[in-house]
Amino acid sequence: MRLETVGLGKTFGDGVEALRGVSLSLVDGEFVSLVGPSGCGKSTLLAILAGLSEPSAGAVLIDGEPAGALLGRIGYMPQRDLLMQWRTTVENAAIGLELAGVTRREARERAQAQMARFGLTGFERKRPSALSGGMRQRAALLRTFLAGRDVLLLDEPFGSLDALTREAMREWLLGVWEADRKTILLVTHDVEEAVFLSDRVYVMSGRPGAVQAEVEIALPRPRALELTESAQFAELRARLLGPLRAQARAQLGVAWSAGGVGRMV
Amino acid sequence: MSAPRLALALGGRLEPRPRAALHSRAALARVAPPLLFGVLVVGVWWGYVAISGVSESVLPSPGQVARALVRDRSVLLSSGWTTLSEILIGYAIAAFVGVAIAAAVSSARVLERAVYPWLVATQMVPIPAIAPVVILWTGFDIRPRVIVIALVSFFPVVVNTIDGLRATDGELVGLLRTLGARRWELFRVARLPSALPYVFSGLRVAAAFAVIGAVVAEWAGASSGLGYLVLSYSSQTATSDVFAAVVVLAAIGVALFALVGVAERIAIPWWTLEE
Repeated sequence: MRLETVGLGKTFGDGVEALRGVSLSLVDGEFVSLVGPSGCGKSTLLAILAGLSEPSAGAVLIDGEPAGALLGRIGYMPQRDLLMQWRTTVENAAIGLELAGVTRREARERAQAQMARFGLTGFERKRPSALSGGMRQRAALLRTFLAGRDVLLLDEPFGSLDALTREAMREWLLGVWEADRKTILLVTHDVEEAVFLSDRVYVMSGRPGAVQAEVEIALPRPRALELTESAQFAELRARLLGPLRAQARAQLGVAWSAGGVGRMV
Repeated sequence: MSAPRLALALGGRLEPRPRAALHSRAALARVAPPLLFGVLVVGVWWGYVAISGVSESVLPSPGQVARALVRDRSVLLSSGWTTLSEILIGYAIAAFVGVAIAAAVSSARVLERAVYPWLVATQMVPIPAIAPVVILWTGFDIRPRVIVIALVSFFPVVVNTIDGLRATDGELVGLLRTLGARRWELFRVARLPSALPYVFSGLRVAAAFAVIGAVVAEWAGASSGLGYLVLSYSSQTATSDVFAAVVVLAAIGVALFALVGVAERIAIPWWTLEE
């Protein structure tokens, strides 16, 4: 399944323009990231792709054809884990299968079978409040994976985690992804995360959100965390950071002199 | 990487968090203050009656009330049973109808917008005031009492349930829709469970209302029940016996309240155990 957007725009009822002319594409089995400052319309874009919001302009294409109703066709993991406190870990993970008509028992068995792979062994019957932040995110990811869609949209899945956990989760996510090669569109504001995980990275500018640059990440796979220390990695990170920093400064409305920038960096 | 190692690497706990053990000392610390306070209040009451020499028909001592409880036990028991059954039937109707109407009303936004303000407004209607009319409609049996009890208990249940259904996390609803949830499934999987804590807080308020409703309905016209007993004892200035009947009424209220608490713990452990 090839997912594309052509000139996607979104203006809200109150006149706020969140997206303008966003064109991007996802090829089968590709890992693509979308990096941009907060408030650049990344979440709005995901909501449109998930079918929860209608674009004001442009179109979404699937395999080159207008997509029609998107709701229920694309996997979506919102920023908050949204685990239901009244369900155990297994029950939360299995909800997508249950809603797809799989019997409750089979849905839970299939979720159970993935517990080890998602680092949730021993917590199957615990409620979300008993899980650590990382576990909650993995449970939410499992819920998204189990729903069985070909394309997954992940909205800052590791944003709320501490730095060390986040690193470990990245490596883990790559392992999971390499095993079943779903197409992933990951939204993040963390450049390192984008470079480490992706085949391709789109850089977005804010207000209204638009694609500012597209960077190919030609790093070998499989990747381990040590890769982040290589020169090639540093170079790619710098290429992405450049436009983002310029934007962040512009947003603050501060003009730094060259010397000032030198001291800042 | 194996799962346990992964869990460690990710800073997770390997063992589930142990539930806080209920220490007997902690339990004592929780139970002792209210118990002591109760004893103190009864003591002050008793002391006042003894010192002031107030007559039993004005303010009986706790001892006289206790003697009345024993003396009137058979009539208290039969009247108590009458009132209790009125309350249980009326309350059960209120609970079921309240939740059902709330679910129906909040199924369509237009309906909710049209009905909700009226539901809130009718909460201000002193339902006991219409008790005589209800009796006029239905006669002097148990029916008007059940209806009045159901009416007074109905409103807290329905309004709280609607509030709860409204409070469902909109993002969760969105997520479930991307997973293919339809209206009914959204209700069953997300809206109803997230409304349950509100439902139970409505039920707790309704429990207190139900007892008041029973008394007033019996006052409006009945020849049995604890409310009727209070009225007939006080016309004879048998004040200790009035107090005895009130004690039984209070006991029914407390028992109902406790029952709701138990039901809540069973129905929504994820809520009650984590507070």
